[in-house]
Amino acid sequence: MSTRGSTSGVVANGNGDSAADDGKDAGLASEGAREMFKRLTDRPADLLRFATAGSVDDGKSTLIGRLLYDSKQVFSDQLAHVEEASQRRGQDFLDLSLLTDGLRAEREQGITIDVAYRYFATAQRRFIIADTPGHEQYTRNMVTGASTADLAIVLVDARKGMVAQSKRHAFISALLGIPHVVVCVNKMDLVDFDEAVFAAIVEDFDRFAARLELPDVTFIPISALLGDNVVDRSDAMPWYQGPPLLYHLEHVHIASDRNLIDVRFPVQWVIRPPSTSVADYRAYAGQVAGGVLRPGDEVLVLPSGQHTTIAAIDTLDGPVQEAFPPMSVALRLADDIDVSRGSTIVRPHNQPTVANKLECLVCWMSEQALSPGRRYLVKQTTRTVMLGAADVRYRIDVETLHRDETARTLELNDLGRVHLELSSPLVFDSYRRNRLTGSLIILDEATNETVAAGVILDTEVEEPGGEPKHERSPNVRWQGSRMTRARRWTSLGHGGATLWFTGLPGAGKSTIAAAVEERLIEARQPAFLLDGDNLRHGLNGDLGFDDQARSENVRRTAHVARLLAESGTVALVSLVSPFAADRQAAAALHSADDLEFIEIFVDAPLALCEERDPKGLYARARSGELAGLTGIGSPYEAPSTPDLVLGTCDETVEREVERVLELLAARGLIAG
Amino acid sequence: MPATYHLSHLRTLESEAVHVMREVAAEFERPVLLFSGGKDSIVLLRLAEKAFRPAPFPFAVMHIDTGHNFPEAIEFRDRRLAELGERLIIASVEDSISSGRAVDEIGPRASRNGLQTVTLLDAIAEHGFDAAFGGARRDEERARAKERILSFRDEFGQWEPQRQRPEVWSLYNGRIRRGEHARVFPISNWTELDVWQYIAEEGLEVPSIYFAHDREVFTRDGMLYAVSPFVELIDGERAFSASVRYRTVGDMSCTGAVESRAATLEEVVAEIAATELTERGQTRADDRVTEAAMEDRKRQGYF
Ligand SMILES: Nc1nc2c(ncn2[C@@H]2O[C@H](COP(=O)(O)OP(=O)(O)OP(=O)(O)O)[C@@H](O)[C@H]2O)c(=O)[nH]1
Ligand SMILES: [Mg+2]
Repeated sequence: MSTRGSTSGVVANGNGDSAADDGKDAGLASEGAREMFKRLTDRPADLLRFATAGSVDDGKSTLIGRLLYDSKQVFSDQLAHVEEASQRRGQDFLDLSLLTDGLRAEREQGITIDVAYRYFATAQRRFIIADTPGHEQYTRNMVTGASTADLAIVLVDARKGMVAQSKRHAFISALLGIPHVVVCVNKMDLVDFDEAVFAAIVEDFDRFAARLELPDVTFIPISALLGDNVVDRSDAMPWYQGPPLLYHLEHVHIASDRNLIDVRFPVQWVIRPPSTSVADYRAYAGQVAGGVLRPGDEVLVLPSGQHTTIAAIDTLDGPVQEAFPPMSVALRLADDIDVSRGSTIVRPHNQPTVANKLECLVCWMSEQALSPGRRYLVKQTTRTVMLGAADVRYRIDVETLHRDETARTLELNDLGRVHLELSSPLVFDSYRRNRLTGSLIILDEATNETVAAGVILDTEVEEPGGEPKHERSPNVRWQGSRMTRARRWTSLGHGGATLWFTGLPGAGKSTIAAAVEERLIEARQPAFLLDGDNLRHGLNGDLGFDDQARSENVRRTAHVARLLAESGTVALVSLVSPFAADRQAAAALHSADDLEFIEIFVDAPLALCEERDPKGLYARARSGELAGLTGIGSPYEAPSTPDLVLGTCDETVEREVERVLELLAARGLIAG
Repeated sequence: MPATYHLSHLRTLESEAVHVMREVAAEFERPVLLFSGGKDSIVLLRLAEKAFRPAPFPFAVMHIDTGHNFPEAIEFRDRRLAELGERLIIASVEDSISSGRAVDEIGPRASRNGLQTVTLLDAIAEHGFDAAFGGARRDEERARAKERILSFRDEFGQWEPQRQRPEVWSLYNGRIRRGEHARVFPISNWTELDVWQYIAEEGLEVPSIYFAHDREVFTRDGMLYAVSPFVELIDGERAFSASVRYRTVGDMSCTGAVESRAATLEEVVAEIAATELTERGQTRADDRVTEAAMEDRKRQGYF
């Protein structure tokens, strides 16, 4: 018999009796193949990009080698090569760093010089790894590898503890807005797997990181060399209760950093076939950097400021009804207006900043210091403009986080805040809000080098719709539950979602929401009504009715709703929630967690609400006794794209409840 | 509950690659797409369609023809380009040899692999190309794993791995001086499996040599090579017939076949998912010469 799929034997041909076998085997093989193909293509297509960080020789490359080796992702020819190369170097162990240190100079010096990319997949996820260098000299290569990461692994050598480079890399991870950080305390084998050593480093790191914005930090004690707590749990450290690194990588909740709220479409290229082939075709090609675009949407082209409508969204496979990040598409517009590379298409009610001055934090990446005598260019999205002036506000000492305001320039690997003045305006957001429209690079016009990477800062401390200050609790870490959403919802037999009823006081939100709650509960779908008035008795009892307090009211309610939804309950929020930005923030909170958020606009005319006036509020407002009632003394911003509009007074409550239930069924949230 | 606005990993990779192609088309004056007839460059052609249709490609397609190609690959090349209606430039190693720019290796182990670099760099200079798209992937080889998506080449076409430009986010620096050029690898982050899965999802045709077929082969250095006019058998080597397929399409003189019965795309994908050897390790003699064979060739200007 011939060996299949083996690589050593040779399949001989022309042998009489194998022909019969072959027919049969081919059938079986292709059935097996189909199954395998299906398994591969059906595999969860979740992609996690992570980067290593930490000081030189802390064991980053060894860790990646170990991760690949222990999860059986190393091909046998690669392994043979590592074995041979380790021996040649006189090492009596397998030097797994050789799996990623691919350059001759790296192997000679035993250090990593530039980023290496590796790819692997488990049943849970696919991974793109960027193994970055620890040496300070190569910081720009670390920034290259980390700029697109969802997660950073910061290694700390157990013997040395936090050194300057660990701090620098933690700082850069925060600067780059990497949502998750795992601190691996490595070489635990060299400190007798001592819990006290680990605890001291955790404390040190926490103290340092308290001053950075790192939303999610996890600590794991490991030995990359021996494999403890990398793929398999360590027997040598029974005191550590958490999961090994790979488990964490497979299960960490990637609160997607895609921004689905603010529509941003930087135009890269104009598709314009010669009129002989396709008559009058013109489309604007680009990659969606934020928000969801649909045909029929009214849009604004920046910086020119012209209005038009999306006529169609084209792809090679035909037009689509929705485009969202990170899709590459081509937009056709209803009007013949001036749009070209460098234009950004947005929605009129949600605009980015258009300015030729901005503040940013930069990492300087050139041997030649920032100098007023040189000519620089700034590239951001698809626009490149001349840099007029760059004024250094301060340089940051990464070890102490001290701001040196006397600094006038930035040198290789310096980090600092710079004020930029540009020859013509850019269209941008803060990096915090959007990693794609909030990042830039600086180029040296004479050498063509990329000399700096920068992230754009919020110019106002609290911009409208931005995250308010009290969401910054950097010391607090999210405690992971062992229970995944899939397990929870599958076991319970139902999932959760949030229905957000917004509208004027007296529009009928609570009546409809309460009726929907009743119907859901009767159908054994857990549901819970979060009524604005009720919440103000407890959780929100400290809040008044000024704009800020209203926003805070919405924010807290949104968080409670999200937790209920995650737990498998349908949260029914009945809240005036007058400001679009607050509702968008509530929606973003849900979409970041991949939770359904359904906005229902109860659109009863003001006159009708006033006539009903169930709580006597309008009467009091009209008499001047109550100031700032929404609709009378305070504005109500109607939703522009609600999922459902109710309350237009020609329908009964029963019918409106039906419509809500139909929508839930259509979205697959309840059985139809 | 449906995950909202989720793009599969393959479509995410596709979208990134299309973004890269459009950036390069916009920022360079004379790009060119290098097409070998192999699976990776077949994917590149499809990505170019995704990026620029219904307009023609804003660049030409170029094949570096060693003269030692698989006839199936050449036949496929011509047919595919005709279907697309795009312009094909053929730069031939044969011409470089006859003009004295390159010297053919001799002996039974002769290969034209290294000579391609001369022909490639000459063609880039002759046509004034300032950017060349290639289908190299980082999962192929350890030196490639280090290379940027937009990779700078000096006026001698050389790659200097220790002086690569930083490449942050998806902001590519496309500025070069006259005489320099960039190599662009839109599918850097794809794996071999991604490429096959994409070919299957898109229903792309590939040359027949990727599927199992009977061929006269001989064994050398543990690899199977096709018997062809371009190789001499040396002592003890014996030709025999076997069912084989190719994992890569290169020069007949240095590309090894794998024994296989995988006759459909699904079978090929299943075989690759189960393999214990890398694509280049299993089938490319050119990478086996020294520990840094690929790095050395890339420094000189190889693909
Ligand atoms: N005893 C012990 N040695 C380790 C461990 N992890 C790594 N090493 C050793 O530490 C040295 C440096 O490891 P590398 O993986 O090259 O370090 P790196 O962090 O990648 O270094 P750069 O990339 O150059 O910054 C090597 O000699 C490793 O074998 C560990 O867990 N225990
Ligand atoms: Mg390393």
